[in-house]
Amino acid sequence: MSSTAQAQKKGFGATLWDYLTTVDHKKIAILYLVSGGFFFVVGGIEAMLIRIQLAVPANDFVSAGVYNQIMTMHGTTMIFLAAMPLLFAFMNAVVPLQIGARDVAFPFLNSLGFWLFFFGGVFLNLSWFLGGAPDAGWTSYASLAIASGGHGVDFYALGLQISGAGTLIAGINFLVTIINMRAPGMTYMRMPMFTWTTFIASALILFAFPPLTVGLFFLILDRMFFANFFAVEMGGNTIIWEHLFWIFGHPEVYILVLPAFGIFSEIFAIFSRKRLFGYSALVFATILIGFYGFMVWAHHMFTTGLGATANAIFAVATMAIAVPTGVKIFNWLLTIWGGNISFSTPMLYALGFIPSFVAGGVTGVMQAVAPLDYQLHDSYFIVAHFHYVIVGGVVLALLGGLHLYWPKMFGTMLSEKLGKITFALFFFGFHATFFIQHFLGLLGMPRRVYTFVGDQGWDLYNLISSVGAAFMALGVITLVINIIMTSVKNERVGNDPWEDGRTLEWAIPSPPPFYNFKQTPLVRGLDTYWIEKMEGNPEGMTYAEPIGDIHMPNNSIIPFIMSAGLFVAAFGALYFIDGDKAWPLPVLALGLLITLGSMAARSLKDDLGYHIHKEDLLKEGGQPGGH
Amino acid sequence: MMRGLKKWRLFGLAAALMAFLAACGEEQISTLQPAGQVAEDQFDLLLLSTGVMVFVIIVVSIIYVLAIIKFRRKKVGEDVIPEQVEGSKRLEFIWTAIPIAIVLFLAVPTVAVTYQLADVDDMGVVDAEGTPASVTVDVTAKLYWWEFAYPDLGIVTAQELVVPTDEPVYFNLTAADVKHSFWVPSIGGKTDANTDGVNTFYLTFDEESADLEDGVFYGKCAELCGPSHALMDFKVKALDEAEFQAWVAAMQESTGEAEGELAQEGQELFEQSCIACHATSGAGTTGGIAPNLATFGDRNRIAGYLPHSEENLKKWISEPQEYKPGNLMPDPGSLPGREGEAFSEEELDALAAYLFGLTVEDDM
Repeated sequence: MSSTAQAQKKGFGATLWDYLTTVDHKKIAILYLVSGGFFFVVGGIEAMLIRIQLAVPANDFVSAGVYNQIMTMHGTTMIFLAAMPLLFAFMNAVVPLQIGARDVAFPFLNSLGFWLFFFGGVFLNLSWFLGGAPDAGWTSYASLAIASGGHGVDFYALGLQISGAGTLIAGINFLVTIINMRAPGMTYMRMPMFTWTTFIASALILFAFPPLTVGLFFLILDRMFFANFFAVEMGGNTIIWEHLFWIFGHPEVYILVLPAFGIFSEIFAIFSRKRLFGYSALVFATILIGFYGFMVWAHHMFTTGLGATANAIFAVATMAIAVPTGVKIFNWLLTIWGGNISFSTPMLYALGFIPSFVAGGVTGVMQAVAPLDYQLHDSYFIVAHFHYVIVGGVVLALLGGLHLYWPKMFGTMLSEKLGKITFALFFFGFHATFFIQHFLGLLGMPRRVYTFVGDQGWDLYNLISSVGAAFMALGVITLVINIIMTSVKNERVGNDPWEDGRTLEWAIPSPPPFYNFKQTPLVRGLDTYWIEKMEGNPEGMTYAEPIGDIHMPNNSIIPFIMSAGLFVAAFGALYFIDGDKAWPLPVLALGLLITLGSMAARSLKDDLGYHIHKEDLLKEGGQPGGH
Repeated sequence: MMRGLKKWRLFGLAAALMAFLAACGEEQISTLQPAGQVAEDQFDLLLLSTGVMVFVIIVVSIIYVLAIIKFRRKKVGEDVIPEQVEGSKRLEFIWTAIPIAIVLFLAVPTVAVTYQLADVDDMGVVDAEGTPASVTVDVTAKLYWWEFAYPDLGIVTAQELVVPTDEPVYFNLTAADVKHSFWVPSIGGKTDANTDGVNTFYLTFDEESADLEDGVFYGKCAELCGPSHALMDFKVKALDEAEFQAWVAAMQESTGEAEGELAQEGQELFEQSCIACHATSGAGTTGGIAPNLATFGDRNRIAGYLPHSEENLKKWISEPQEYKPGNLMPDPGSLPGREGEAFSEEELDALAAYLFGLTVEDDM
C-alpha cells in the first residue's frame, strides 16, 4: 500500500487535504520538491531575462529599475527558495530511510518548517504584483536597502524572516533525527555519506541562520520604526550588516554544497559499484569544511576596508578550505578508480560535477588571494566563480539526485534517454554561459549592471554567455517533458531500481510504505544493504525486532494555519510602515493571533498519535523487502 | 600551392594573435593590461595563482580521464563486482600534504602584497617648507557621479580624475549617500566607498593616458548602488608631472566666465537655473551638491557615459531621468526661474555653448 496508490484512489480534495495536513517525511519531501521546483523555474525565467537584457550592449529590453528587481529576485529565489528546499526534499525523502527510521524526530515540526518556507517564499514573490520586488541585491547591503523606495526590501526582509524560521526548524529537526533516530547498529561511522553531510549542514543551519535573523530584524526595525541600526548619521553602522549577512552567507554556501557532496558520494559509490574510498577521511573533511565555513566570512569583504591584517588572516583561512575540499575530490576519484562505472544519468551529473566544481574551487582559491580579489571582487569573475560552485556543485547534484531518487520517491524511473539529453544540454549550456564570464570580469566588467556601453571589449563574450543560457533553459524544458512523460507512463519499479543500491533506502519498496520499515533493521556495517546482498540475504536486511505495533503521528492542519498566520501578519507589518492606513495594525495583530492561537491549540491539546496494529501489518502479507 | 598554404599559415598566426589580443581586452579598462604598479602586482598574483591552479586541474584531469576510460562498465564487464577498497592512509596523507604546501606557497605572496598595498604611511607627508610630497585626492562617490577634491592644491573637479604619472597618488574615499566602490581596472583593484568612514589607499599611474583610444582610463562603480549603478562611470587622465602642474594651475585660475555672445547668454541662463548646485570654477576645497563643471569642455563623456557631443548634452539636460534613471538632477521645468517650462532649443544651444567653453586644458 504505497502512498501514491492511496492518493490515486482519493479525490482531488482529499489528496489536497492529505498534503496540507501530512506529517509524513516522504510527502513533505514531495511538497518541498514541487514548491522548490516551481521556484527553480521562476528563478530560471529571471535568469533568462537577465541574459536577454545583457546579450547586446545598450539593450532596453527591461529598464534599470526592473533589472535590479529581477537580478535581486533571481539570487534570492535560487538560494532561499529553490536550492535549499530542493535539498530539503532529498533530505526528507532519503535521510530517515538511510538511518532506518520510521520518520524524522519531530514530524509536526517538519510540516511546520515546510509551510513556513512556503508562505515566506510566496510572500516574497507577491512583491512582483504589489508595487515591485526587492532591488538591493540578494545581499541587500544596508545603505542601499534603507534607501530603496517602495516595499521591495520589506518583502525581502519579512519573507526571508518567515522562510528562514522554517529552515532553522528543519535544520534542528534533522540534527535531532540523526542523533536519536538511527537504527540499532547504525553508529556514526556507519552512516551513509548523504546522512553525514545532512547532519553537518543542519549544524551549520543552526549556527548560521540566527545571525541572518538578527540582521533581518535590524533591517525590518530600521524600515518600520526608524530604529537607526544602519543609519550612519544617527550613529548607526552599515558595515555591521555586511558582517551579519556574511557570517550567515558564507556558511550558507556550505549548507548548500555539503548535501550536494553527499548526493554525489552516494552516486559515485552506487554507479562505480564500489564503497566510498576513504570514508572516514570524507567524514572528517566534511566536518572540517563545516568548521572552516564559519572562519572565512570576511573574504566577501576584502574591499570593504577592514585593513591589511584582517584581510591577510581571512585570505589564508579561506585558502585552507581548499585542503579538505581537495581531499574530497581525490577520494571520489579513487572511488571510481578500480570501480565498474555505469554511465547512467545520475552518474553523468556526478562525473560532470568533478571538473565543474574543481574549476569553481580553484577560482575560489584565486579570490582568496586578497590583493588579487581587489580586482576580481564584484566583477563578472565572481559571478562566474559562484555559478561554477552553485550550479556546477549544487544544481548538478539536485538534477543528479532527482534522477537517482525519483524511483524511490515515486516508484517509477525517469527516462534515461531524455535524462542524458537534459544533461548534455544543461552541462554544455552551463559552461558556455559561465566560463566566458571569468574573462568578462578580468576585462573590467562589474557585476549587477543592467546594461553596458559597447566597444569595451565585452560585446562578444556577453552574447556567447546569453546563447549558453538558452541551452540551459532547453535542458530544463527537456527535464520537465521527461517528468510529464514518466508520470503518464508510470511503469512501476522494485526496491532497488539501480540494482547497485548500497544503503537502507534501497532495501524497501519504492515508494516505501508510510511507516517505512515494518521491522526496524539491524545495521551490520557501512553500506548495510550491500552487505546483506553480498551475503545473499533475500530480505535485504537483518531485523532488530519482531513485527509489532507501530506508533505513528497524526496528521495536522495546525502547521499550515500557524504559518498562514505569520503570512497575514507580514502584510500588516509591511503596510504599517506607510503610516497612512488604519488596517495594517489590526491585520498584524490578527495574523499574530492566528499563529499564537494555533500554538496554544497545539500545546494544550494532547495529540498522542495512533498505532498500526501488528495484526494489520501481518495481514498486508509479504515481507518489507519482498516486492 | 605551397605559397597559398604559407599564406594560410600566416593568416592563422595573425588570427591567433588577434584572438589573444582580443582576449586581453581594451587597454583602457582591462585588468590584463596593467598600466600601474598596483594592477601589475595584482596581475602577477593572477598569473601565479592561475599557474598553480592549472597544475591542480591537470593532475585532477589526468586521474579523472584515466579512471573513466579504464573502469567503464563496457571494459570491466557487466557483472563484475570490483574489490571494495576501504581507503589508503598513504594516499590521504599525500593529498592532504601537497595541497597544504600549495596553499602555503600562495599564502606568502598574498600576505606580503596585502600589507604592501595597504601601506599609506607616506600619505600627506610634507617637506621642510610644508609642501606635500605627494598628491592626495579626496574621492566622494555620490548617486551616480564622482567628486575629486585636491585639498592640498585647493581644487575640486568631478567625473574625470586627473593625476600625475610615476608617483604614488593617495586617496581618501567615502560615499555621500549609499555604498559605492571605486575601480580603475587597468590601474588597480577596487576599494569600497562606505557611508561610514574613509578608506585610504594608493595607486600609481605608469602610463600617460593621452596614448589611449579616448585619451582616458575607464573607471567604474563596482558596488550596486541603485538603478543607474551601471552608468556610474568615471574617467582618469594621467598626465606627466609638468602637464599635471599646468593643469593644477589652470584649475586654480578657472573662473567659469564665458567667452562669446552665445556662451554669455548661456552663462546667464546657467546662473539663473543651475548654479545653485553646479560650481563652474575649479578653485575651492569643498564639494558641491552636483558635479563641478569647471572642466566640462575637456571631458570625455556626457553624464559619465554618453559620447561628448552637444546633442547628447541637450538630451541629458532636457530629460535627466531618461538617461540616468534615479539620478538627482531635476527636470528643467522644476529648476529655479523656469516655472515648469523646459529649455527651448535656443536656450539649450546657449547652455551648450557655455558649458563646452568651460575648459582648463586650453589654458594649460
